[in-house]
Amino acid sequence: MLKCPIDKMDDVFEEIAKIAKLYLPVDIGESIVYKPWEKGDVWSDAVNTSLSPKELFFPQTENLMEFKTEGKSIEVIDTRRENGPFVVFGVRACDVKSIEVLDRVFLAEPVDSYYAKRREEGIIISTACTRPAETCFCTTFDVSPQEPSGDISSWKTDEEVFFKANTEKGENFLKKITSYIVECDEDRVREQKEKILKIMDKLPLKNLKADAFGGGKTDEFFCHPAWDELSGSCLGCGACTFVCPTCQCYDIKDFNTGSGIIRFRCWDSCMYSDFTKMAHGNNRHTQKERFRQRFMHKLVYYPENNEGIFGCVGCGRCIAKCPVSMNIVKVMKKIGGK
Amino acid sequence: MQKITKSQLVDKAVSLLADGTVSAVLGWSMGEFSYDVTPRIFTTEDDIRKSFVFNDFCGANLSKYLVSKTDGIEGKLLVFLKPCDTYSFNQLLTEHRFNRENVYAVGIPCSGMVDISRLKAVSGDGITKIHEEEENLLVTTIYEDNPITVPAKDVLLERCDNCKSKKHVAFDELLGDSGEVIESARFDQVAEIEAMTPDERFAFWQSQLSRCIRCNACRDVCPACTCEKCVFDNPLSGAENKSPANNFEEQMFHIIRAYHVAGRCTDCGECSRVCPEKIPLHLLNRKFIKDINEFYGEYQAGAEVGARAPLVDYTVDDPEPCDVLDRRDTDA
Amino acid sequence: MNNMEEALIPKIGVITDVRIDTPDIKTFRVVMPDGKKAFDHRPGQCAMLSVPGVGEAMFSITSSPTNQDFMEFSIKKCGCVTDWLHHAEVGQQITIRGPYGKPFPVDDEFAGKNLLFIAGGVGLAPLRSVINYCRYYRERYGDIDIVYGSRSKDDLLDYKEIIEEWSNDAGVRVHLTIDRPQEGWDSHVGFVPNYVKELGFDTDKIAVLCGPPVMIKFTLDELCQLGFEKCHIYTTLELRMKCGVGKCGRCNVGAKYVCKDGPVFRCDELDELPDEY
Repeated sequence: MLKCPIDKMDDVFEEIAKIAKLYLPVDIGESIVYKPWEKGDVWSDAVNTSLSPKELFFPQTENLMEFKTEGKSIEVIDTRRENGPFVVFGVRACDVKSIEVLDRVFLAEPVDSYYAKRREEGIIISTACTRPAETCFCTTFDVSPQEPSGDISSWKTDEEVFFKANTEKGENFLKKITSYIVECDEDRVREQKEKILKIMDKLPLKNLKADAFGGGKTDEFFCHPAWDELSGSCLGCGACTFVCPTCQCYDIKDFNTGSGIIRFRCWDSCMYSDFTKMAHGNNRHTQKERFRQRFMHKLVYYPENNEGIFGCVGCGRCIAKCPVSMNIVKVMKKIGGK
Repeated sequence: MQKITKSQLVDKAVSLLADGTVSAVLGWSMGEFSYDVTPRIFTTEDDIRKSFVFNDFCGANLSKYLVSKTDGIEGKLLVFLKPCDTYSFNQLLTEHRFNRENVYAVGIPCSGMVDISRLKAVSGDGITKIHEEEENLLVTTIYEDNPITVPAKDVLLERCDNCKSKKHVAFDELLGDSGEVIESARFDQVAEIEAMTPDERFAFWQSQLSRCIRCNACRDVCPACTCEKCVFDNPLSGAENKSPANNFEEQMFHIIRAYHVAGRCTDCGECSRVCPEKIPLHLLNRKFIKDINEFYGEYQAGAEVGARAPLVDYTVDDPEPCDVLDRRDTDA
Repeated sequence: MNNMEEALIPKIGVITDVRIDTPDIKTFRVVMPDGKKAFDHRPGQCAMLSVPGVGEAMFSITSSPTNQDFMEFSIKKCGCVTDWLHHAEVGQQITIRGPYGKPFPVDDEFAGKNLLFIAGGVGLAPLRSVINYCRYYRERYGDIDIVYGSRSKDDLLDYKEIIEEWSNDAGVRVHLTIDRPQEGWDSHVGFVPNYVKELGFDTDKIAVLCGPPVMIKFTLDELCQLGFEKCHIYTTLELRMKCGVGKCGRCNVGAKYVCKDGPVFRCDELDELPDEY
């Protein structure tokens, strides 16, 4: 266990930024964003960033390749580049878990090299939660907010920040940060963890259980009568999917710049009416079918394909951001009967 | 103005359902906390008594739901409309987006709805209960032993801070009183932006619009956006909502949308309320409203059904394009 | 970075031949610029073809894997990419990546069995690959019946190959049908499901179905009436796909991804999936 006085964190950030590009959660107006660190940036205490750190590994839009065409010929230009190492600081336990959820999709064979490269280059420094919100329900999905994983875990108290490496990558990285960081025992961190657990016990959603869901339960839930009512309010926008740390559906499109063609990938949303539309039809005609897909994917299909792990980490962003306040908690309570 | 209570709305809904005036009720349904209210349809008394809610968080404008929810309905749908919602209601009728015969509109007074983000900025996170006591909200959180008292008027939605009207411009029946059109300060911030230099203005909008995640929530909630097929969903339009990295496109989206609803936007403020990135989108629309007022005389979209909006009407007094150009030159 | 294989980065393919099969179906022959096949595949698998600037779309590979020289795609004109391809000339380059999906179990469940192929319209495209594979390894399979129907004689895909090659193979019986009577047509007239019923096949076979959804539905009913078990009937599904590798999230039916777990499904497996395809 290592520690650093809280008033020296700016120096630590500066030191990190010399080695790698540092992304720090910063309050900008009413948004909380992972911003490339600059001197003077203040580490946000917010429990959730507006967008999750998934955007640093799986950007909202990224160019995959370019094409040059001449007459009947085509040239494919691989535009993948080395981006260099980067550090994502202050990632909450739920968001770290979400990266594991994404890993199971993008790192499964055939590996997505764009994502894999960023995972290789990126170091995740997680931070235990100090002030969970009422929208938090990470423990429903076996996330421990007091014990976040990642390459390095950190705990923030009023006076100090504590660090512990979890991976070889994290260990090597911590060795490079030398100023102000000293060895210490685990007493304060243990106290901090107990404090967090006590808060967790007061959260309104602490009793939400996902036991009713899981792989192999498609038949049980697919035709549930409540989908009509639940989806009836849905506007069909993509807010929930874009703020969701585990939503990973994407589209691939071409853009003609006039001097060449860029093939790019961008986030897509199963909530959008054209998501499954093809030349000769659409197998999800109504918002009910699209709405159902999103929740079935997280609660049934994903666990079915991933050893029971759920595709939700309980970060609560959809609760806070949905324009009509329809969210996975309401769905679970209504459909799961609890 | 006397505040309307949930039980008044519930009684009204139940009686109209019972006497057959309506076959369903469009209202707000209770969430997990006090503030996460979801609009939905109720069809039984039990359901209404159990889940119907009306509180300071019922900001959602129900008018747009009438387009889809009255489609193929048997009998009438009861809808509760706050004063500002009635303008959207009229505008949708003007555009023939739903059948008036299928709707029974009950106007309800409104003293302003609360913005949960602004409330949380005062109370902090961890809210377990919000109790409304006259003009105050008593907020219980897991972090404080005693409820925190917050005057509701300090944490209203922006659009309610700058409320343009307490008057119901459409209803079949009123619960409580209807008020008057208000001289609001809603164009003040537009004027501030107009006073900026072009560079400052560009920087302002760039910093706001660059946060856009293209979730389309502003469009999908907008009562003026009811196209069956949106240009941004059409890959052949050249303006599709998906774009490669480092593109100017997100700015275009909001500008195009603002143009498209110009003269039809009632300034209901739903776009800014739902934006997950808290972009003040209403300012774009208000700029158009302000310009229309200045060029063509005061016009409020939705004030009456079937009104000819200045942008789709011609009069000999209309300003010439050169007037607009002159103004631009003096502005800059 | 550039040494890392990326599933989404395609190879260049050259269209070396365009055959006009029907008024709205053309068959494209594709090789790489060096004249070789872009990759090997198994019968029933698909490839992602694209025209840069227009889009990318998934097509079944209609040529047999036993064809060492080139790949063929029979493509019906119905959207942006297909429309563009229908205007393409020989020598035009496109991009190609694959192969994708689970093939027909030609070396396992099909081995040693009698086979019944039933296709409608452009639905013959994915079956042609497996039919020609089974004809190539003729000794590995029992009798082969092929029922193929289309709107008219002009809409029959691969008509020349069917008449000149398939019909002449020992142990291969071809049953053609068209929807309405037509001058110069003396074979069967009627819809595929009815024809299957009339032909009344024994159930000692594996059946493979491909065609429009309504044809599949009614033919499946007829086969079940004839006593076929669903575990002996195969079909292929088509849904919108973007990545082809089970990641973009749109071609799922329940927990199965058509691009990865399909497109070939056994009908009893399909019964386990929610009705959303």
